[in-house]
Amino acid sequence: MTIAVLLFARYGEVAGASAIEVEVPSGATLAQVWEAVQVRVPGLRGENKPLLARDRTYARPDQVVGPGDEIAAFPPVSGG
Amino acid sequence: MPGLYRILDRPLDLDEAVRAVAGPDRGAIATFLGIGRDHNAGRKVLRLEYQAYPAMAERMMREIGDEVAERFGTPHVALVHRIGPVGVGEISVIVAVASAHRREAMAGCAQAIERLKAVVPIWKKEYFQGGAAWIEGPAGIGPFGGSWSNKPL
Repeated sequence: MTIAVLLFARYGEVAGASAIEVEVPSGATLAQVWEAVQVRVPGLRGENKPLLARDRTYARPDQVVGPGDEIAAFPPVSGG
Repeated sequence: MPGLYRILDRPLDLDEAVRAVAGPDRGAIATFLGIGRDHNAGRKVLRLEYQAYPAMAERMMREIGDEVAERFGTPHVALVHRIGPVGVGEISVIVAVASAHRREAMAGCAQAIERLKAVVPIWKKEYFQGGAAWIEGPAGIGPFGGSWSNKPL
């Protein structure tokens, strides 16, 4: 299945895009989605602990994703 | 529903946040303003730029408002964060909490800004002489405080 991953801040800048689509097997976890992103974007290969969100809620890397989920990955936040 | 939770790409207005939480049964309003600062880590900062994941950020800010309501007994919370360019001396974030008495308002305001800095998906980029850099919060601070630590990829 195709999963679109939103990328923010430095991750988006490194990828040169605010979102990237990856192909993962059905039943894939967020960790597998992130691995697929890293294959597509070599500049993110050193990033092994991104914050991950599914449907606008923080999610652990072992969570399973489904088609149509809103997935996002980003570095530690720095608002304020 | 009481409360104001917004990501805005324009200058922030303290009066607007105060009006959103004020009411006749509230004798105290505590506010916090975050301001663009001209230095960081020994470096002169020329300007800032903020980016957010707006839909999730506003959802998380509402969740922080719910936490304040539960802990301090008042649902009258405003959290407003600016995105885009923010100059030195300009307001980047406003927190306002109103309650019947001062202690709950001040403690709720302090909790809200600490939580915002820890979990709301917003990022700051600093522009300085000769370059720019994204600021990233400390690793391990966040929703799960290091959920990846035992699961290396």
